[in-house]
Parts: sequence; structure tokens; C-alpha cells
Amino acid sequence: MSRPASRRRALAALAGGTAAVVALVGCVQSDRDEPGEASDVDSTFVFAASSDPASLDPAFASDGESFRVSRQIFEGLVGVEAGTADPAPLLAESWEQSDDGLSYTFQLQDGVTFHDGTDFDATAVCANFDRWYNFTGVAQAESMAYYYTSLFKGYADSPADAVYASCTADEDLVATVTLAKPFAGFIAALSLPAFAMQSPAALEEFGADDVGGTEEAPTLSEYATGHPVGTGPFSFDSWEVGSQLQLSAYDDYWGEQGDVQEIIFRVIDDPTARRQALEAGDIDGYDLVSPADAAALEDDGYLIESRDPFTILYLGMNQAVPELQDVRVRQAITMAIDRDQLVSQTLPEGTEVANQFIPPSVAGYNDEVTEYEYDPEAARQLLAEAGYPDGFTLQFNYPTNVSRPYMPNPEEIFTNLSAQLEEVGITVDPQPNAWSPDYLDRIQGGADHGIHLLGWTGDYNDTDNFLGVFFGSQSNEWGFDNEQLFSDLEAARAEPDLDAQIPLYEAINEEVATFIPGVPLAHPAPSLAFSERVESYPTSPVNDEVFNQIVLTS
Amino acid sequence: MLRVIGKRLLLLVPTLVGLSLLLFLWVRALPGGPATALLGERATPEAIERINALYGFDRPLWEQYVTYMGRLVTGDFGVSIETGRPVLEEFARRFPATLELATFAILFAVLIGVPLGYLAAKHYGRAIDHGSVVLSLLGIVVPVFFLAFILKYVFAVQLGWFPPDGRQDPRIDATHATGFWVLDGFLTGELDAAGDAFLHLVLPGIALGTIPLAIIVRITRASVLDVLGADYVRTARSKGILESTIRDRFVLRNAMLPVVTTIGLQVGLLISGAVLTETVFAFAGVGQFLASAIFARDFPVLQGFILFIAVGYALINLVVDVSYSFIDPRVRVQ
Repeated sequence: MSRPASRRRALAALAGGTAAVVALVGCVQSDRDEPGEASDVDSTFVFAASSDPASLDPAFASDGESFRVSRQIFEGLVGVEAGTADPAPLLAESWEQSDDGLSYTFQLQDGVTFHDGTDFDATAVCANFDRWYNFTGVAQAESMAYYYTSLFKGYADSPADAVYASCTADEDLVATVTLAKPFAGFIAALSLPAFAMQSPAALEEFGADDVGGTEEAPTLSEYATGHPVGTGPFSFDSWEVGSQLQLSAYDDYWGEQGDVQEIIFRVIDDPTARRQALEAGDIDGYDLVSPADAAALEDDGYLIESRDPFTILYLGMNQAVPELQDVRVRQAITMAIDRDQLVSQTLPEGTEVANQFIPPSVAGYNDEVTEYEYDPEAARQLLAEAGYPDGFTLQFNYPTNVSRPYMPNPEEIFTNLSAQLEEVGITVDPQPNAWSPDYLDRIQGGADHGIHLLGWTGDYNDTDNFLGVFFGSQSNEWGFDNEQLFSDLEAARAEPDLDAQIPLYEAINEEVATFIPGVPLAHPAPSLAFSERVESYPTSPVNDEVFNQIVLTS
Repeated sequence: MLRVIGKRLLLLVPTLVGLSLLLFLWVRALPGGPATALLGERATPEAIERINALYGFDRPLWEQYVTYMGRLVTGDFGVSIETGRPVLEEFARRFPATLELATFAILFAVLIGVPLGYLAAKHYGRAIDHGSVVLSLLGIVVPVFFLAFILKYVFAVQLGWFPPDGRQDPRIDATHATGFWVLDGFLTGELDAAGDAFLHLVLPGIALGTIPLAIIVRITRASVLDVLGADYVRTARSKGILESTIRDRFVLRNAMLPVVTTIGLQVGLLISGAVLTETVFAFAGVGQFLASAIFARDFPVLQGFILFIAVGYALINLVVDVSYSFIDPRVRVQ
């Protein structure tokens, strides 16, 4: 395909237009380079992002697009084992936990420098931990330091709540972090980009912590808009807000540099537009390909890569609805749904059928959990026992025009499920809403919903990050009050020993399976699409995808 | 003249105050709020409460409005909740893109629409007339987003004649000093960058310019028909004045008043068209940002941007009114 040449033909066609057009075309035809033929272009990788990053300072970000960019620029003490969700050494070669479980001593990687030339050492590590701990005011808000606030609980101005206590640089390359309270997920949490190591010198120079704007509204610091400095394989070049962000390979990177020498993240917020940009040869890849597009693109020779699922899609049931308070009704709904059929007909390849609310790779997954096989006859029976021999009418809430990693096509999922529910006599009252914030607000903000589609993509390997988020306390979404479940989750979270947590979570998964707050439907595998010149892409269930590992065909 | 313009500008003030109140109430009447949009699936009632408190959304409406207006008069339009940048800065960054696109669209509509309308009137009842009427009808009834989508699919994805989206090939390393990327290319002498930015304008510009084009064709045709039948044109013809002189001095000049009015009105409509066009073509302008601000319930952005657009619209119409007196010296702006 020779796009530039045919574009020039279009220019020639345009020449019949106005005089201004003609003049301009003249210039273009004589001066325009042939993009794609210059030798440096081959190592430029153009990826379509769905939005700008919210911030270039990962400590103040929690969205996928910010993290996608920060994973290229920054590295944490702890990384992720390729292709899994398990923690692995990165900037820390190794670590040891003290006997009381509260201190962690990290042995740091030697010879690592930040992009500004400063050394990465134990002092830098402690500077980062102390920086987070000393956030004040708006910096602590969930819209800013979301992960620090939700995982480390307290700050220097609220030490009673704080999980973090102190950090000491024992030697040049040895740092010890001491916690005030046990935190079993500490090491795994450090693999989040939010806890990546940043250059203390750059943070200081570009006022990274100056985030208070006019009165209360948080603003981006100079650091977060244009001076992020990490140790990763790529350093920051430029950011044309709304259009594109450019990174280039860091020459002194301590690890291995790959084929990609320059990354351009282009902002294309419409999913159809992303697909068309790929087909037109303007981008090399994009994320969250819809299942229908994935099949079509694969047929046309594009590379489709699926991540191992680290997601859960579920059908939530709101127990504020009287009919749903009866566990027999909830079980009937579960048995009315043929999950295999749902997965094969509506969800992307690689999707696994779910029988509990965490993916198999998460600690505490229960292989023996109570399952409810698809059995529409038994479902009808249960409904009759519950006093609804002729079924009943139920609101079914679903979002429109949205694609989430765990739910690429809610409309199709809704259609499939409602047909199955109608089969056992439940009359579905469809309630579509625009995703943001209408739908979210309806599900989370009040009781006016029946059954609904929602789900979750895990941030890192932490069971509480799934189960605790869903069932940790009373909520509008589920509308139940189950003290036993709440306290069991509380106890599991407080258990400092990871191995001791596993049986607790296995038991909780069984408890949830018999309580049936909703139907775990599937663990959808999000997929990405790439142009033919991409040979492989390092997919990761937790999106730990660093572009120096992309292999390009020469 | 200056006093008249001054008076019109003064009258703008109460209009804008009223509009700001309406906007303020409208964004808050939308279901959900910025906190829900910001936190997504992670929203908990406590987190929503804390974020609302952070932005002052938990205070009484009148108090929020007074605070908002208080900042407004000092030129502080607030900070975008979604991007953490000042609203004014966001607008200034994106406005040149939209202006560039709108200029292309209007030029496209005028440069094709006026001659076509003139020819249709000149050859009234003939094939070119019928053709232009059908075309302009089509142009009006086809929805902008649909046209945008078709143009893109055919000319960018299938034929590859034009780039599918964006404002410039990201691989081109261009300097953007003014924000008008075509102009930037000329200013810095990077003609390939200017040409590439221009190519990126073509499809969205046509999509956006089609409705104005259709309307301009119709108005021009009707207006020219009207003038062609006027006594002074017949007189001019009988005196043997050159046909081209009649066209330029007698017909077009007199027929242009309603056309200019229409163009002025169309510029306002372009902004709403830009919301759709810019989204389809991932064109980083005001329209695209406004669309995402609605989904994010970015109150400061919605309030600020729509206010800016209203001011722009009012100014354009003032310019249109003033231009009357140049086209037709008998008209005095009042």
C-alpha cells in the first residue's frame, strides 16, 4: 500500500479548487518527504491512546493511559514477572522482610541513572517514599494520590492511620523501608506505576508537589506537564496536549534497549477512529479492540494480541429489589445463564468463563468453589418455589457506548443475557444509560437499579483489590448487609502473611458463591491490534507492557 | 460607528451574565457528577463526598455561583477537573485548531457555494440548477457525523488519499508557534509540515462545511434570482454593459447581503458541527474537548468554553452587521 503516493493523487484532484489550494498543493508536491521511507522512521512506534495521560507524575495518576506512558519512563523497585501478575525484581535486585514483618530491606540495582544523569541509589528511594508520605492538602485527594491514599492510608499529618513509618538509606545501594502496620500486599503494591521511582532532583526542580491551584482545585505541576524523569528505557520528549506525546530511547538505560527508538502516543478517543487509523497505516497499534474488530482485523493480516485475563465481568444483583432478596431467585438467575454460550458468542478470544469474582491467577482462587451449572429447567423450578411461577419483571441496567477491558461490548452482552433470562420467564426491563457518569452514578449512587453489568480490572496481584472492592462494605451497588462477609474480608485483609491469607480468601470465595450477590460471568481477555510490521508485543495481564520489548520486523 | 459598536458590546454583558447562570445551573442538573466520572468503577460514596468537598460542590448552589462569578470577573475561569489545567489555557490551546478547521469549512462553503448558487440562478431551470438544488438538499439532510464517517471511510481508509485523523502526521517534527498548524508551517518554512496539516483539514473541513455550503447555495441562488429580475439589471443590459460588469457590480454585490447574514449565522452552527466532526477525526479542537468534558462532567470547562463560544458568536454577528455597511452603503448599523 502506498498511502503517500495516493494522497498526492488526491492533492492533484484538489487542484481544481481554489487558487489558494492550487498554490499550496504546488508546495506540497515539491517539498513533501516520503514518510515511511526515511531510515529513522522504522524505529518509531506510533500507538493510539484513548486519551491524554491525566498526569506525567505517576504518583498523582490512577488511569490506564497515564500508566501506559509512565511504564515507559519510570520503573519501580518491584516489577512484574513477564506475562504474569506476580512481583519480580526490577530496580531492587532482591529484598528481605524482617521477622516482625514490618521492615523490608531492598538491595538496589547497581549502575542505574535517572534521565537527568543523577544516580539512582538508596537516598533516591527514601526521597520517593518520604515524598509520598509528606503529601498534604489536595495532593492526598483520591483524584490525585489515589493509590497512596487507598493503600498506605495515612500521611505525615495523620500518622495514626499511616501504614508507612520510615525509610533509611543503610548503604549506597541498600534501603530499608519500615511499616507501622503489617501490609501483606506491600511488595506487590510497589509494582504499581504510582510507586515508581522518580528523580528527586527533577521533582524538586520542577515543583512536582505544587498541585494546589486556585483555591482547592488541584492543578498539574510543571513536573507533571513536561518534566517527568525516571530510570526507564524511554525519556520524555514533548507533549502536544490533545494530539500526541513523544518519548525517545534513553541512551544510558541500564537494561536492554529494543527495536523501538521513539514512541509517539497519539490521542484518538473514538474506538472506530482508532481502528481506521490502523487500517490507514497511520498508527502501529491500539488497545481494547472490540471482539468484532479483532476478528476482521486478524483476517486482514493485522497482529492481534490478547492479554491473559486479569479481569472479571459480572452481573450484579441489587438486593434492595424485593425479589432479589430471596437467594433462590438469585440462584435461579445464575442457573438461567449459559456462560459458555455468552463467552463464545460475545467476548474476545482468550476469555475464560468465571465461577468466582477473582481471576484464576489471583491468590485465594478456590478450585472447589460451589458452581451452578446452566439448567433453565431447575431455574424455573427455583423461581416457582420462591413464589414466582410465572416469573416477574426485572430492571436490567447496562451502559452504552463504552468499552472497558472487562466489557468490550455491553450492548451485545445485555442482548445475550436478556434473551437467556426471558427463557426462564423473567421479563427484562431494559435500562440503558451512557457510561460516564450516568450509568456509574445510577449503580453506585442510589438504589434505582435491578440487575446490572459491571466488572473490574485488577491493578496488581491482590485479592482484596477484587473482593474487598466489591463486597468489603455495604454499598448501593449490591444493596445487601452481610456482616459476616464484611468482617471476614476485614480479617483477611489484616492478615500480614501472604501464605496465611490464601485459605482465608478461598473460604471467602466459597462464602460468596453460596450467598450469590451476583453472577460472575467471565474473565474477558482484552486484546490489542498491531500493524504487520510488529512481530510481537509483550502483553501483560496487569498492563505492565514496556515498549523496549516490542519486536519489529526489519 | 464606534459608538454603535461600543453599545453593542455593552449589551453583551447582561446577556453573558444570564447565560453564565443558565450554564451554571444546567451543568449541575446533569445526572452524575465529576467525582463519579473521575473515579469510575473505583468510586465509593466516601471518595465521592471528599472530592465534591474538594471542589466545593457540596456547598449551597447560590454560594457556589457567587464564588464562581467572583472569580469570573477577575478573569479566573477555574481549572479543568479532568486535566488539572486552567480552563482559559485549555481553550487557548484548542481554539486555533477549531478556528483553522472552521476557516477551511467556511472557505470551502463560500468558494463553492456562491459560484454554484450564482450559476444555478443564471441557468435557472436548466440541468445545473436542478443539480445544485438536489445537492444542496442532500447536504442539509445528511447528518454531519454520518457524512464525516463516510468521507473518512472512503477517502482515508479505503482510498488512502487523505489522512484519517489528527492534525498532522505525528512523524513530522514540526514547530507549532501560533497553534494554526498550516500557518506555522509557512512561518517556519516547513512547507511539508504546512502541506500535511492542510491535508488533515480537507476531510473534516468538507464534513463541517457541507451544511453551510448547501445553505449558501440556496440563499445565493434565491437572492441572485431576485436581483436578476430587478429593473436596474434589465436597464444595464439594455445599455449594453459588459455581462461580467453586470455580474460583479450589479448582481453579486446586491445579492450578497442575505448571503453574508447567512454566513455569519453558519459560523455559530459550525461549533456544534465541530463537536461531532472533531470527534470522528480525532481533531484536537474545542469541539472534541467539549464532547469529552460533557462525559467527564467537567463543570468549569463546560461553563467556560460555552461562554467563550457565545462571546465569539456575538462578535461574529457584530462583524456581520458592520460589514453590511461596506457592502451596501445605504445600510447604517444601529
